[in-house]
Amino acid sequence: MEIRTTFHKKLREIQDEVLVMGSMVGKAITFSVKALKERDLDLAHQIISDDLQVNQKRFEIEERCVELIATQQPMASDLRIIIAILNITTEIERIGDYAMGIARIVIMIGDEPPLKPLIDIPRMTEKMTDMLHRGLDAFVKHDANTAREIATEDDDVDNLYDQVFRELLTFMAEDPRTITRATRLIWVAHNLERSADRVTNICERVVYMVTGKMEEIGASKY
Amino acid sequence: MNMKLSSDLLNESPACKRTRLSVTQVNLFYGDFQALRNITLEIPECAITAIIGPSGCGKSSFLRIFNRMNDLITGARVEGRVELDDINIYDKSIDVVELRKRVGMVFQKPNPFPMSVFENVAFGPRRHERHGHNLGELEDIVERSLHQAALWDEVKDKLGQSALSLSGGQQQRLCIARVLAVEPEVILMDEPCSALDPVATLKIEELMRSLAENYTIVIVTHNMQQAARVSDMAAFLMMEEDRAGVLVEYGPTSELFTNPKDKRTEDYITGRFG
Repeated sequence: MEIRTTFHKKLREIQDEVLVMGSMVGKAITFSVKALKERDLDLAHQIISDDLQVNQKRFEIEERCVELIATQQPMASDLRIIIAILNITTEIERIGDYAMGIARIVIMIGDEPPLKPLIDIPRMTEKMTDMLHRGLDAFVKHDANTAREIATEDDDVDNLYDQVFRELLTFMAEDPRTITRATRLIWVAHNLERSADRVTNICERVVYMVTGKMEEIGASKY
Repeated sequence: MNMKLSSDLLNESPACKRTRLSVTQVNLFYGDFQALRNITLEIPECAITAIIGPSGCGKSSFLRIFNRMNDLITGARVEGRVELDDINIYDKSIDVVELRKRVGMVFQKPNPFPMSVFENVAFGPRRHERHGHNLGELEDIVERSLHQAALWDEVKDKLGQSALSLSGGQQQRLCIARVLAVEPEVILMDEPCSALDPVATLKIEELMRSLAENYTIVIVTHNMQQAARVSDMAAFLMMEEDRAGVLVEYGPTSELFTNPKDKRTEDYITGRFG
């Protein structure tokens, strides 16, 4: 018989809020690259102002976790879930900051003519947001194996980053007048690469939550 | 179930780690009723071992095995081997009074004798000392014991007053001082804080931690947070269908409460059954 129904209901509500927060930053990343592609400065400004809501959501979740710890004294897997949530929301919040960073770069670029059509940066975005959504799915399903697999996919994002970097380096070497524009695109790619690293951290927390063991999975080369 | 201590299990526990009490394949019966089944574990010295589990699972019965308090219950019978420092305490040659001097006990409700604070603490030494103490020696023992029980400062000016005039928390610390006065090696505590308020409870817990530097303590508690706060090792007992208590899991407290190995432990400490 389930005894701590109230506690477990509250815990599930917090998990739902983590998913909402994850969805917010997933959209923020996707929209930030959309704003870059379409030179949509309004969208970029919107992403920057929306980041406040992400931060707010993180504080709300943290407060609710602290309240549960203080009032319910969770143990074992319940305790690990709460500790995992506290860590995961920190990672999600940082991904939100990377999205905001990309939006700022978009504003910096303004109406400068594009250096080249964007190919690998949208690929990085797609891969990273896919990892994020599946990572959060593994969190909800308490699926450590899937979490481990997703974490290793960070290499794909790193490889795409290498590709973007090499390509932009060629532009800069050929024509130094492109250095400013190319550097800004490298910053964007770097933010995406770091976002994927954060997803890896989320996956490590899922593994801890399920198994009770702290594992470093496939450390990023960056 | 076999739960021998391995060096791994005790890596994080403090101080000296020799096995002090050892229980091997112990069964306890009250007449036809089996209260404990096939329990094997080793309790380290200079540490606090907590016994947790749902009501009726045999926690207190298990504790009473260590000083043969179950002998006082008609029809009680212990099978298996219980050792204190490699000596079988159920051997016919064992002097039970001497055993209970070495293995002291603190009960759920403070039970001071209806006499002065001083006489409460002096009672044990007077009784156990064959040749008798002189007053100076007794005064030293009483003062030392009350200091150890973190009670001296509160009672030093009223040693002649009735122990019953003390608060509940003070009475319980007096009972601990009374146990300490006979210089035991092991202290058994059966729900020592269940009749106390939170502040008195915390004082007893602090006292337990300081006593654990020199004494082997085994505590039964139904307060899991207390077990988590004070103990180094924790044992989880539960009842099987015939109501016999079995040992489900035994290990370092830090592991048992964060990552229990057995699903039944997990379910119990997370409140999924009780």
